[in-house]
Order: sequence, then C-alpha cells, then structure tokens
Amino acid sequence: MANTAAHADDHAHDDHDHKPEGFLDRWLFTTNHKDIGTLYLIFAFTMAVIGAAMSVVIRTELMSPGLQHVQPYFFNQMTTLHALVMIFGAVMPAFVGLANWMIPLQIGAPDMALPRMNNWSFWIMPFAFLMLLGTLFMPGGGPAGGWTMYPPLALQGGASVAFMVFAVHMMGISSIMGAINIIATILNMRAPGVDLLKMPLFTWTWLITAFLLIAVMPVLAGAVTMLLTDKFFGTSFFNAAGGGDPVMFQHIFWFFGHPEVYIMILPAFGIVSEIIPTFSRKPLFGYQAMVYAVASIAFLSFIVWAHHMFTVGMPLGGELFFMYSTMLIAIPTGVKVFNWVSTMWKGSMTFETPMLWAIGFVILFTIGGFSGLMLAIVPADFQYHDTYFVVAHFHYVLVTGAIFSIIAAIYYWWPKWTGRMVNETWGKFHFWWTMVFVNLTFFPQHFLGLAGMPRRIPDYNVAFADWNFISSIGAFGMFLTPFMMIAIFAVSKKSGVKATQRPWEGAHGLEWEVPSPAPHHTFTTPPVIKPGMLAHGDVSH
Amino acid sequence: MNRVVGKLGLGAVLAAGWSVALAAAERAPWQLNMHPGVTQTSQEAYDLHMLTLWICVVIGAIVFGAMFIAMFKFRKSKGAVAATWSHNTKAEILWTVTPILILVGMAYPATKVLISEAYTNESQMTVKITGYQWKWGYDYVNWGDKAYHVRFISKLDGVSDRTRQLHSGLNPADVKNAQGENTYLLDVDKPLVLPTNTKVRFVITGDDVIHSWWVPALGWKSDAIPGIINDTWTNIREPGIYRGQCAELCGQDHGFMPIVVKAVPPEEFKAWLDQQEAAQNPPAAAAAAAPVAQQNPPAAPSHG
Repeated sequence: MANTAAHADDHAHDDHDHKPEGFLDRWLFTTNHKDIGTLYLIFAFTMAVIGAAMSVVIRTELMSPGLQHVQPYFFNQMTTLHALVMIFGAVMPAFVGLANWMIPLQIGAPDMALPRMNNWSFWIMPFAFLMLLGTLFMPGGGPAGGWTMYPPLALQGGASVAFMVFAVHMMGISSIMGAINIIATILNMRAPGVDLLKMPLFTWTWLITAFLLIAVMPVLAGAVTMLLTDKFFGTSFFNAAGGGDPVMFQHIFWFFGHPEVYIMILPAFGIVSEIIPTFSRKPLFGYQAMVYAVASIAFLSFIVWAHHMFTVGMPLGGELFFMYSTMLIAIPTGVKVFNWVSTMWKGSMTFETPMLWAIGFVILFTIGGFSGLMLAIVPADFQYHDTYFVVAHFHYVLVTGAIFSIIAAIYYWWPKWTGRMVNETWGKFHFWWTMVFVNLTFFPQHFLGLAGMPRRIPDYNVAFADWNFISSIGAFGMFLTPFMMIAIFAVSKKSGVKATQRPWEGAHGLEWEVPSPAPHHTFTTPPVIKPGMLAHGDVSH
Repeated sequence: MNRVVGKLGLGAVLAAGWSVALAAAERAPWQLNMHPGVTQTSQEAYDLHMLTLWICVVIGAIVFGAMFIAMFKFRKSKGAVAATWSHNTKAEILWTVTPILILVGMAYPATKVLISEAYTNESQMTVKITGYQWKWGYDYVNWGDKAYHVRFISKLDGVSDRTRQLHSGLNPADVKNAQGENTYLLDVDKPLVLPTNTKVRFVITGDDVIHSWWVPALGWKSDAIPGIINDTWTNIREPGIYRGQCAELCGQDHGFMPIVVKAVPPEEFKAWLDQQEAAQNPPAAAAAAAPVAQQNPPAAPSHG
C-alpha cells in the first residue's frame, strides 16, 4: 500500500473508510461483511486448488489402464477428500462469501445482522479443513470410504474417522451460523421499500438456501455422530450384527445429501438470474415464477432423497414414489431455464465475460439436468447407478453449474469489490479455455458409464482406455484455470481500468448505487428507493 | 426432428455409437452408448434409456436452438433494442403443462417395467450371492424342486492380478483370453455358471461391507448389504460369457472383484451342476460324517 499511496485514486477512498489498521485487526477480528466475504472467497479458492490437485492425482492414475502412480487405497483417499474439499471447502464457502459481500449491498443494509457470529462462522472453517486434510499425514492416512461415508466401509478407517466426523461437525456449525445470519439479515435489515418480492433473485435464492442449510446440516451431524459412536463407543446404529441397519445411514445421509445438492445450486440460479437480465438489458422474465420455482425445488428436495439409493433393495412402492417425485423437479427447473431464455429473447445483448459464463451455465447445467432426468428412471438407473454416467452428471451440475456461476459472479461483481475492470480479452480466453477442457473432461465420462465403467475404481479394462485418456487431458487443461484466474484478477487489481459506479450498462439493483470500489461501510443510513433503482418490482407496472 | 439433430452433428455421433455398441458383444473401445444386453430387463433398461435420451435431445435442440437464435438476433451490436415485457402468462402455462405431459409419458412405461422387474416369484432356481472384500461367493440353492449344496468363491484371475500391481511392468493390453478378447480386470478364476431361458432368482447379501453385483448385460445391479438380503432375478436369452464388476465402493480392491457369468443351455447346466454337487458333496463322506445334517438341507430351499 505504501508504494501506491502516492496515487490519488488509491488514497481517495482510504480516507473515509475507517478500516481497522493492523493486519490481525483487519482480518482476524473483522466483523465487516465485505472483509468476511473476501476471506470466504479466498478460502474457497484455496480449497478449490487443493481439491483440483487431488483430481489431477485421480485423473493421472486413470489416464491409462494399469496402476502407474498410486496404490488403490491412496486413490480412494483422493476421491473421498476431493469430494469433501470441493463440496464443503470450495463450493459452499464460495457461495457464503458471495452472500456476505452482496446480500447487505442488495437489500440496502449496513452489514450482516450478527457480525461477530459472522466472524466466527468463517474462522471455524480453516480449522475444520486443517483437521480433515491433516489426516493425510497420519498413520493409516485419510478417510477412504467415499465422501458419502457409508458404513460399514467408512468404519474400517482408523483415526481418520474421528477427525473426519469432527471436521464435518465444525463445517456444519459454520454453515448453520452462516445460514442463521443470512436469514436474520434478509428478514430484518432490508431498507424501507425493499419488499420481499422486490428483492434481487440472488438474495431470494440465498434466503431459501439458508433454510435448507438449517434444516439439513443437523441431520448430517446426527448421521456422522452415530458413525462416531458405532466406531468408538460400541453402539450398533448401522451394524446389522448388533440389530442396526447399514441402509438407515444412507437414508439419513441422503435426507441431508439431496437438499445439500440444491444448497449448492440455488444460489447459482440466483447469480445467473442477476447476470442474464443485465447483459440482455431487459428485466428478468417471470420474476415471481422464478421465486416460486426456487421455493418448490427446495420443497421437493426433501422428498427425493432415496433416488440416490435405487439399488439398495427398496420396496416397489418406494422406488415408484421416489422416481415420480424426482421427475417432478424437472418442472420448476424447466421453468427457470425457459425464463432465462425468455429474458434473452428480444433483449439487447452484449457478451461481456460474466454473461459468457452465465450462458455457459445455462447450457451445460441443462445438460446436467437432462442426465439427472435420465437417472430418475429407475429401470435405467439400475444400469447407470454408480457408474461414470453418474460422475459425469454431477460434475455437469457442480462444475459447469455451481462453479461456473461462482466464476460468473466474481467477474460480475469484481468491479464493485475492487473498483477495477477485468481485461475482457483475458476473461474471455479464460471462459473459452474452460469450456473446451471442462467438456473434454466430463462429456466422455457419460460414454464410459454407459459402456459399463463403475465409478471410484483406480484401474479398468483396456476397452475404457480411450475415453479415460481424453478425460484426463481435459482435467489437466482444467487444472491450469485457477492459476489463469489468479493472474487475470491480480493484473486487474494492480493495473485494471478504473470501474465506474455502474460498470455494466444494464445493471440494476442497490449494489450499483454505491461507488466502486464499495467503501468499507455502506448504507449506514438506509437508502431512499427511487424508481428504477431496483431490478425487480418497479418495472412494467 | 432428425434433420435438426443431424444439423447439430449429434445424430451422427449417436448413430456411430449404436453401431459400435451393437457390433460388439461386450464393452468396446470408444463405445458411446449402453448395450441392449441379453435379457428382457436389459432390453427394457436400454429402451427406456433411449426414450429419455431422445426426449432430452429434442428438448435440448428446442431450448438451445431458441437461445442461439436469441444470441444471434438480439445483439446490441446489431442494433437490437430491448423490449420491456417480463411476463407472458400463456407461454408460462404452456411450458409448465407440456413438461408434465412429457414426464407422464416417460413415467408410464418406466412404471410398467419396474413392476414386472419386482416380480421374483415363479423362479426355476435360486442362487445366493455373497459379497466379500474382495471376491464373490456363490451358493446354488436349488434347481427346480431339487436342493443343491454347491458353493464356491469367485475372484480376480491370476494374470490380471499380477498385471494390476503397482509398477508390475506388465501390460494390461496383453491380458487376453483364448478368443483374443482383452479380459484385464474382467476375468475370474471360476465363473458363475447359469442356465439360459430359465428364470433364476438371486438372493444377494454382503459379508463385511456393502458391495453391488452388476453385470451390465443382465440389465441391473443390486447392492450386497451385510445383514440384509435383496432378491432379484434374471432370464438370460443367449449362451455366452457376460462380464461385470462390483459397483459399490468396498475398500482398496473395489476395482478388482469382477463378475463373470457363463450362460449355457439348461441341459448342459444341469450336467455341470450335478457334477459339482457330486464333487463337493461326495455321498459316502457326507453320510458318514453328518447323517443329521444331511436330512436338514433339503427342507431349507423350499422357502425359495
């Protein structure tokens, strides 16, 4: 900072910000929603790189038949930790980071409702992941029973079981506190005039997501606690020999696990619903329908869990029920996709980097949705289940779904956060590079699954060699993208073109009513809402 | 419809996939699609798979087509001026109701198939399958009214096992059977022999952790869970060798416990089974060693 202090532009906003002085005061003791949001995003990015490194280990071993690099047990640790790190360490904290940054700005609130708890819910996370990743360096290694932790297999692990359970507990506490904070903020701190049905979609989706988190994280905590007592205290919750039931764990786990899937995609819907209207210069089509669609997806997420378990031997009635309920999700999801397309229809579109990522999201997430619909058909699922077809499906919804939306959000709100624009050429290069390699990685996995390759195996028959080779090449190309991102955003932060208050021509909403970069404290007095300031609710009436 | 798909090049790719899939009896290099298999169940799974795939392709062509038209037509650089509407009740009702009808169209055949698959009665024989870390146990319980006590363990063949060791220096491409088919990680020391054109009921369980018994050509997988017995059935149409693998993560050697089903005509099967019975349960030895035990087993299979 000392070097750049001479520059008037950097100095101008420092003067009025009242940021805490020291590094520890600024970051460790922070109660500022923007700083906590930044911490979450940096943490999520770090975890994403670690998780991606694990996927490189996986794809390197799978590049050709035969075991070349790692033992099968280590391979299983990699698949297990890759999933746990990416889900709980990368995707969820990234969305919480975006929520912290953007929700107070979008509803005209000065900060989150519970700022000290906000600090705590972030600072739990690094310790949870130190514990989880630390297991890799312990005798016996890390957890290797899959992120789904199915007993009895998960209980065959050593000390890593306890560390994994405690890490999950801590992530859960962090998520629940974050969710309480988001609900309290949205319900209590909206500026006068920001009615519920005038809130931006990102805030709406997060409100619903937060309820999902509160509902299901305790369920996961209960499930893993029962694992812990089965392992170390002689209980038999999931031990058939002691009168328990291993399938009960799966029911409890997926009662958490399916809403969890939507926890990772609903905020993505929100982000895309912000970006597409902006660059189409046209209000979001069917705003209320979008809100109701998100709410019905959230409701349905509680009654579809056993579609992850069609092969455990459920009664016919159960299989039919979960098939029908799962298929129903296609309806509200279809409404959302149709609404995004209709928003673009007769718009006045430009294709800046955030818009490219959002469009990439709509197309590729829809492909993930299609394979999801196919997986719902039980007799076909008897073939698809636990194959690479499933791996392809959930990477389409999580990587090209959730992660594409996170990247889109970062490109979209970066000028607001830093006051600098991103180089469009490099942003677009980043997008097209990712488009090529992400599809190279995951599309062939559909073929592998249909040809009969099970998931979670370190080695395979030579018939599967070709598509695995292509998939590995894709993964290596993907692994370059986080470093590309660091370079692009570092250059922007240092020497990017200065951003205006409203850097995107079609952007609406309260976050664009504060200067860029957003000062350390915003909306210390509630904004007075004028016509045209909100993206929704005061148009076309 | 085909013309639209053909434009996208997708039709050509998929068609190529089917010809590859149909040409090969088993998994093939560059295979793109599911194999129709050798049972009614696998054929039905394949048909439902193709039905939903095509529905998705058509919907995708319409939705993505509309998106691309919008992206090319309504660009600011082409002077497009944004409309201000944000509702269209008719369109919204249309794209809520149409998917419901399509879903019903998919759910109806799926339900019919599922009901027929759940019917495990009227089987002509029963095999008990037990998953172990990391091998499969097979018990032939009965054939018609006659009880059998044939039991063996089936595990990865020696050549694959040596080749698959880390830094073994052996090439997986060299693991071939007499027909020149690559059997790396897909061959066992002792296959599960089954009769063709016979309704075979399986009772499936696990001994240690959860496994899943899956032979794609038969069209289903079923989890092998300790303390729980699942039942399924198959009726294989054609003699042949059908290979599969464990499909539920079960520990370090999850990838190394293949399944091989050898389907033979019923007469041949009967001869094989009697021969196994005689070899595993010599009448004299059994009678001398455990006269009581010999009386009990015939009663047990009658449950099946």
